[in-house]
Amino acid sequence: MQGAYEKIPVLKIGDFLITSIQVALHDRLALGLQDDILAKIQETNAKGLIIDVTAIDVLDSFITRVLVEIAKMANIMGVKTVLVGMQPAIAITLVEFGMELTGIQTALNLEKGLELIEKIVREEQE
Amino acid sequence: MSNSEETIPIKDEYDIVAARSAGKTISSKCGFGLVDQTRISTAISELARNILVYAVTGTVYIREVDATGKHGIEVVAEDHGPGIVNLDLAMTDGHTTGGGLGAGLPGTKRLMDEFEIVTAVGEGTTVTVRKWV
Ligand SMILES: Nc1ncnc2c1ncn2[C@@H]1O[C@H](COP(=O)(O)OP(=O)(O)OP(=O)(O)O)[C@@H](O)[C@H]1O
Ligand SMILES: [Mg+2]
Repeated sequence: MQGAYEKIPVLKIGDFLITSIQVALHDRLALGLQDDILAKIQETNAKGLIIDVTAIDVLDSFITRVLVEIAKMANIMGVKTVLVGMQPAIAITLVEFGMELTGIQTALNLEKGLELIEKIVREEQE
Repeated sequence: MSNSEETIPIKDEYDIVAARSAGKTISSKCGFGLVDQTRISTAISELARNILVYAVTGTVYIREVDATGKHGIEVVAEDHGPGIVNLDLAMTDGHTTGGGLGAGLPGTKRLMDEFEIVTAVGEGTTVTVRKWV
């Protein structure tokens, strides 16, 4: 049975939370990730969140909505989100479909994402 | 080589994942490029999700099709759910009765080359979409 034990790890590295989605996201897994990230934000004092979607080959409206919601809630809790590694084919499809990643910053890869989130957090603190 | 075909019964969220990965496999076999494969899989995901949300159960059929001078993919999403009362409204960006964004049907239409929908209140809904290589 697929299910309960499935979890996407959320790591704390320095001031940041990093999660990398490596499996096909179904709804419950996406919602579980949302809960886990919000709990981790509360228990650590992370300042930034990086979500790595390099391995995702299809997004749909539900998953996109969950990602946008994670970023919104994180923002309310004072944490900025950067989405990294979105495949060009997905970016094109999202735009044509009419789905928007409102409120989420994006970067090409993890390295660029880390640079961006450090910059955002630094500017926030000034 | 014979044309691929897959039937995916939709009854829970795992079936949505199965439907979109079947879409990926068959569209790649049809000869679609990566962007089209992504468009097709996203469209399938939306249609499968509408089945689950509004009709609870149904079936998604995905198959390679040949028409005069062209080759492509056809997806049929069929259910015997409540049907759609106002189809014009349902096809409008932003209209939802399910608390969504109301982007699913109009967005799916934009991603595919052909889009047909047959629905009757109390009988069900069949959405057929095609894309040519
Ligand atoms: N299979 C179906 N059976 C019955 N009604 C449907 C079906 N598919 C769509 N509808 C109706 O059409 C409306 C529009 O569907 P559409 O997929 O465009 O948006 P949504 O599902 O409301 O939101 P989103 O897809 O953005 O999450 C739905 O709100 C629903 O009322
Ligand atoms: Mg929908």
